[in-house]
Amino acid sequence: MIDFLITVSIISSIGAVLALILVLCERYVVNYGPCRVTINDDRELDIQGGSPLLTVLRDEKIFIPSACGGRGTCGVCKCTVKTGGGAVLPTETPFLTKEEIADSVRLSCQVKVRNDIDIQIPEELFNIQEFKSTCTEIEELTYDMRRFRFELVDPPAIKFVAGQFMQLLCPKYKGSGEEVYRAYSIASDPTQRNLIDLIIRLVPNGICTTWCFDILKEGDPVMLNGPYGDFRMSETDAPMVFVAGGSGMAPFVSILSEMRNTASKRSVKYFFGGNTLKDLCMANEMKAFEEQLENFEFIPVVASPEEGSEWAGQVGLVTEAVQQTYSDLSKHEGYLCGSPGMIDAAAAVFIGLGMPEDKIYYDKFS
Amino acid sequence: MNGLGSEVWLAMVTCFAAIFTQNILLTTFLGMCPFTSVSREVKTAAGLGAAVVFVLTFTTTLNWLAYKYVLIPLELEFFRFILFIIIIAAFVQFVEMVIDRYSPKLYQNLGIFLPLITVNCAILGASLFMVIREYSFIQTIGYGFGAGLGWMLAILAMAGIRTRLNESRVPEGLRGPGITLIIAGLMALAFIGFTGVLG
Repeated sequence: MIDFLITVSIISSIGAVLALILVLCERYVVNYGPCRVTINDDRELDIQGGSPLLTVLRDEKIFIPSACGGRGTCGVCKCTVKTGGGAVLPTETPFLTKEEIADSVRLSCQVKVRNDIDIQIPEELFNIQEFKSTCTEIEELTYDMRRFRFELVDPPAIKFVAGQFMQLLCPKYKGSGEEVYRAYSIASDPTQRNLIDLIIRLVPNGICTTWCFDILKEGDPVMLNGPYGDFRMSETDAPMVFVAGGSGMAPFVSILSEMRNTASKRSVKYFFGGNTLKDLCMANEMKAFEEQLENFEFIPVVASPEEGSEWAGQVGLVTEAVQQTYSDLSKHEGYLCGSPGMIDAAAAVFIGLGMPEDKIYYDKFS
Repeated sequence: MNGLGSEVWLAMVTCFAAIFTQNILLTTFLGMCPFTSVSREVKTAAGLGAAVVFVLTFTTTLNWLAYKYVLIPLELEFFRFILFIIIIAAFVQFVEMVIDRYSPKLYQNLGIFLPLITVNCAILGASLFMVIREYSFIQTIGYGFGAGLGWMLAILAMAGIRTRLNESRVPEGLRGPGITLIIAGLMALAFIGFTGVLG
């Protein structure tokens, strides 16, 4: 027994000594002293050098999107390093095109901050923050869709562009052993800075949607982060065609609110598709928008209305409704939000009617 | 010849043998994973090879010292697997940090390969052979260096062959690892031809 303990303690102490050497080494050798990170020629951060750029920025609450968590395997965390990044590492080359290398684009998880460094990141990344919020209202929109209202607590206000999405942290609960983040489009007015509306459709066996529907109650705290995404209204005057299904409604509510705030006169036709009458929602809100906006028309389309119902609106698929309404879309812009199947079908119809491919904007749920 | 002189001579013979007749890659087939996956280009193969030479020389030496002066006095020889692995991992980590700090250029060419070979079985294998074959201290240095050089030679040769293979018509089912393993086998036969040179 004694022998056993001695053996274990000797081996452990050898391991401990080696670990200590490494810790000391990390402390004194990998200390590059203070470095200055200049972001977009404007903001300056004074930090201790020695860590990867991605980590440095995250510690400063600037979140560069990364899927692998900094291991250099996803290639998502790209940013432009103008000076001070050193040469491109062999671990980065598989993820960068020749043009990107010429434009000094780097993987921020592989670039170590060793000296003063000058970087360029998209302006909207500054805006991404983590919000503590309280769920204040849950409203039933259809049998499987609900609108959740979150009042922001800390920080108390958000700045977003209509069309962007938030990530919602779904905590561990009975039935799910891990924390997961899920993205939902924002459905509230961008001028209402203190709250966020999300429209969530129940996914059978979905981890996060099940939590939202069965466990989340009014008054509960919820963590959100964002805003993300570049789905938004273009800055032209071209007439627009919106196509959505299910919770794809959300970004358009936000975009229409934005248009109402700016008294926009742009022409919009909004095709909203549902399988049955039960899938339609927010008819009153849409009616209000039709009254407030000069050139807006909401066109609900139902694939198969319940028998015996008195449905006076369009019947069929949304794509068919689009085809019946338009003969030429070459001057229009298309906005799509919904399931990948619906988006692909609608995009094909747009292109068939002459819409240029770069005028089709979409937000695909995956 | 005096004692030290003969030791050094013996170390040179061991080194030579480790490069050719007992090539750690081609006779014991250790370190096959990077050998097949990182041998597509001569340049990266050379970087990885240099890293292996460096790490093998120093870790076998360090492990010899640890074995002789820590494990044998404490009668813990059976723990050599664990101790060797810890020492290799700590050493590689340490060297990576130092190179990263003081020579970005060297880090670019050599340093980034270091983490790849921490868990390479050739590195641990060499340390274990050093114990089994009861090498002396100087012989161990020669052996570590020779084994590394032998590995580098083999991967460089393989990378050279594979760049030429790019232009030849390999049957579809054999492309990639398949043809690489066949070539490795042929190379091993050639290297075994050296056996007997140092009779």
